[in-house]
Amino acid sequence: MKISNFRRYALTRESGKVGHEGVRELKEESVIMHPFEGDGTEIPAAPVGAVPKKKGKLMARLWRERYLYLLLLPGLAYFIVYRYVPMLGNVIAFQDFSPFQGFLHSDWVGFAHFRKIFGDPEVVRVLGNTLLLSMLQIVFAFPIPILLTIMLNELRSEKYKRMLQSILYLPHFLSWVVVIGIATIFLKTEGLVNEVLHALFGAEPTAFLQEPGWFMPLLVLEVIWKEAGWGTIMFLAALSGINPSLYEAAVVDGASRWRQIWHITLPGLRSTIVILFILRLGTVLDSGFEQVFLMLNPFTMDIGNVLDTFVYYKGIQQADFSFGTAVGLFKSVVGLLLILGANKLAKKYGDQGVF
Amino acid sequence: MRHKGTLSGRLTDGLNVVLLGLLALLMLLPFYYIFVVSFVDAKEFSSSELILWPKNWVSDAYAYILSSKEFIRSMGVTIYVTALGTLVNLVLTATMAYAITRNIWGQRFYVFLVLFTFIFSAGMIPTYLIVKETGLIDSYWSLILPAAINPFNLIVMRQFFMGIPDELNEAAVIDGANDLQIFAKIILPLSKPAIAAFGLFYAVLNWNTYFGAILYLNDPTKWTVQVVLRQLVILNDQDTLASAARDAALAGELPPSETIGMAAILLATLPILAVYPFLQKHFAKGVMLGSVKG
Repeated sequence: MKISNFRRYALTRESGKVGHEGVRELKEESVIMHPFEGDGTEIPAAPVGAVPKKKGKLMARLWRERYLYLLLLPGLAYFIVYRYVPMLGNVIAFQDFSPFQGFLHSDWVGFAHFRKIFGDPEVVRVLGNTLLLSMLQIVFAFPIPILLTIMLNELRSEKYKRMLQSILYLPHFLSWVVVIGIATIFLKTEGLVNEVLHALFGAEPTAFLQEPGWFMPLLVLEVIWKEAGWGTIMFLAALSGINPSLYEAAVVDGASRWRQIWHITLPGLRSTIVILFILRLGTVLDSGFEQVFLMLNPFTMDIGNVLDTFVYYKGIQQADFSFGTAVGLFKSVVGLLLILGANKLAKKYGDQGVF
Repeated sequence: MRHKGTLSGRLTDGLNVVLLGLLALLMLLPFYYIFVVSFVDAKEFSSSELILWPKNWVSDAYAYILSSKEFIRSMGVTIYVTALGTLVNLVLTATMAYAITRNIWGQRFYVFLVLFTFIFSAGMIPTYLIVKETGLIDSYWSLILPAAINPFNLIVMRQFFMGIPDELNEAAVIDGANDLQIFAKIILPLSKPAIAAFGLFYAVLNWNTYFGAILYLNDPTKWTVQVVLRQLVILNDQDTLASAARDAALAGELPPSETIGMAAILLATLPILAVYPFLQKHFAKGVMLGSVKG
């Protein structure tokens, strides 16, 4: 019994590996896998044994797999309690939730809170801030890792490349508190940046952190400083899947460096760029709560308050649970729709997509 | 050995080397500056000169921080939460990842449950209410349980387990081992390097956690080091380290608040810098992708 079960399992896994040829190749060379790949292509367990018709058979199977279920249980409990029950908890967006009455006894108000989202000028402004910030991040921060990857790929010295990588990855592992702490120290009116600007140009000191006009550029610069290096990892992994003989052939054909980048390197990055772009689109309404929250101060609240921080101030600090939840749910649903839409579009235009 | 030869090719190469070097410098300079300035004395700090190297090294700022109960306590809290949290992270992630590697009943459904959380999240407030309902407000478990599994790490660990040859399993079954024994005696020992890597990544996440602390901990005596750091450096609240401030005021030697902030940043980052070389060892192995989201 057990043996046959294992054999079936082995067979399932074998067949599960039949995927898109190119992707498969890339995956093996680079070891790095995309989160969804390999799951999306997986083939269901063998139909005959996997779905027992009789209750007795199912019970027998569950009994056989009891130890595996024991291993599954703590993790599953986590997902149910802290990931899925809160999803159901979103029903309070349709209630006038009061902690004293609980989920079950609060009054139902239908879509009233959602109507309020678009009727409230503050929310509309916050939504605008969120979209503006995301647009700036996508235009200025998203392409940087791609550029960095191409530059690193052009280096001849492996040793220098590795040294640079270990330096460029470092900021990713710092907390946002530390990064913004450093920014605060550097950007104070009496900080280093103002000191240098004064020494070079005789500029008057600027209170960068209190200046609304500097708020979003600073957020983008911080993200670039912290994540640009780390962002190259996915792209470098994709490049390691390119067959070096392509470059050799291009050199024989007399292709210049730029033509090699254009015709070999960039196409090699294409599917990774598309996948990361789709995932990024799914998060256009996420601004990175910690970073924005830590950067906000009374002077920048008008330009800097985004949906994430708004939900915190409204829902937690002012205990307006239902309205905060409605805004959060709106955010999640839009994110889901965007990711599904972008995925569909990518597939339509011949790319792999995420799932 | 590509594009060798031409002058313009070599020029572009040189430019590329220099440009990347400058970028790397941009990552390191803030640390250098903070390190150097955290060691200058009050007199030099208040002079208008640019500080490139301290005239005389003093460790007043460090002595000040380390004499404060608040900072030491927050470090203790953070070490505790990081150690316990990482243990919970690893146990839950490894057991579940292995279970959904095997062809158990409902396997595809469990994988779907995990993947769905990538594209749809419950949102801050319902999660907050659940944490509250489960009685975790002002408990250190509020920092640990709601983040017990990083779904990304779970999927990557599952991919890793799937790479272990089945023959080992089959041999163990023939020897009469049950699934728990297979997991503990075959799978885990084979996965030691991977588990260590995931442990490091989880530890960094736990050390850096800030969001949970401000959401779920109201009691200042339970603050983690990141919260204390924010009070001290970003909000410039000198009462944060009240006990040290009292002593220093009595002795009449309060270091400049800036040097205190810089020293605090370095002390709070030291553990990260210490494990960084080990983290780096795993970059090439593809196990690091779990942290992309975090």
